[in-house]
Amino acid sequence: MLNVIWLLLIVLAVIMGAINGTTTEVVTAVTDYAKIAFELALGLTGVMALWLGLMKVAEESGLVNLLSRLIRPIMSRLFPDVPVDHPAMGSMTLNIAANMLGLNNAATPLGLRAMDDLEKLNPTPGTATNAMCTFLAINTSSVQLIPATAIAYLAAGGSTHPTEIITTTLIATSFSTLAGIVSVKFLEKLPLFQVQPVEEEN
Amino acid sequence: MDWQALSNEVSNWLFLTLVAGIPLYRAIRKVKVYETFVEGAKEGFQIAVKIIPYLVAILVAIGMFRASGAIDQLSALLAPVLAWIGMPPETLPLAIIRPLSGSGANGIMAELINEHGGNSFIARVAATMAGSTETTFYVLAVYFGSVNIRKTRHAVPAGLVADAVGILAAVWVCRIIFGAS
Repeated sequence: MLNVIWLLLIVLAVIMGAINGTTTEVVTAVTDYAKIAFELALGLTGVMALWLGLMKVAEESGLVNLLSRLIRPIMSRLFPDVPVDHPAMGSMTLNIAANMLGLNNAATPLGLRAMDDLEKLNPTPGTATNAMCTFLAINTSSVQLIPATAIAYLAAGGSTHPTEIITTTLIATSFSTLAGIVSVKFLEKLPLFQVQPVEEEN
Repeated sequence: MDWQALSNEVSNWLFLTLVAGIPLYRAIRKVKVYETFVEGAKEGFQIAVKIIPYLVAILVAIGMFRASGAIDQLSALLAPVLAWIGMPPETLPLAIIRPLSGSGANGIMAELINEHGGNSFIARVAATMAGSTETTFYVLAVYFGSVNIRKTRHAVPAGLVADAVGILAAVWVCRIIFGAS
């Protein structure tokens, strides 16, 4: 799926660039964004090390366990394939909590750590597990409680009550998270998305 | 009260409580805080390096697509559908760019707010949309990339359904609460 969309984006960019007369911009974008991607990854390194270090400390002190025990009833229903005391439960809990609080800096490192923990439970490396897809559906549906960025832009644009969008955002984001969970649970049962058996190699 | 200052203050303290509180809690339990931190932090660089190829692939494609101006054509194509669901057509480019790029979405949101005013219906819908959806493709590429997953199964459709529902819900909730203009 990511394959098709990726190819579609590139092919469409070339065709539409030719039609719109923006070929030069498209060409510049190729090298520009390759550079941006590297700088982004490099910029992430320091923050990543920081949060993974803190996460390790929190984990060994039992703090993570404490937190994940609190929301275990929800998590075990969302992720039936993950044992309740597996480290993945802790790191996923922390990532979702960071997302809700709007701590974007912490969310990515914790989320990547959660993926790493989930991969340890993956019987078919290279193919996503149900737990991974559910985790990402929750992640990409945005569970942020206070949309600070959007509020800041509204305030800068002269809005008299920029915080009024907190209510509307909360309602809209609840719908999208719910839709994400329902669709991921529904889609995982479809034959189209079943895990292909691993081919035997000699 | 100044909202931005308050929000800033709250997130600053939240951040510092975590940074200082976690090691403190651990120290109270009498174990080596510094060594444990370093041990965990070591993994940071490897993960960052691992996601570079995936990040390059996805960002180059998104960058090319945005630079081509194809979003304008896509918006024109979808305009009749929008009129039917009551979505302001001005907000469509935002809805299209949101799953692809966070900074791109913020740029379009800022433009819409400037053009129509902070108290306009369009500005409120745009801000609600941006706040209730995520940069799905970026998250998927980076998260799956970090563990070398190439077969993403149902993750993309589920993420897109969540985005579409978030955008539609944003439009409808704003119409109900703020009233269409």
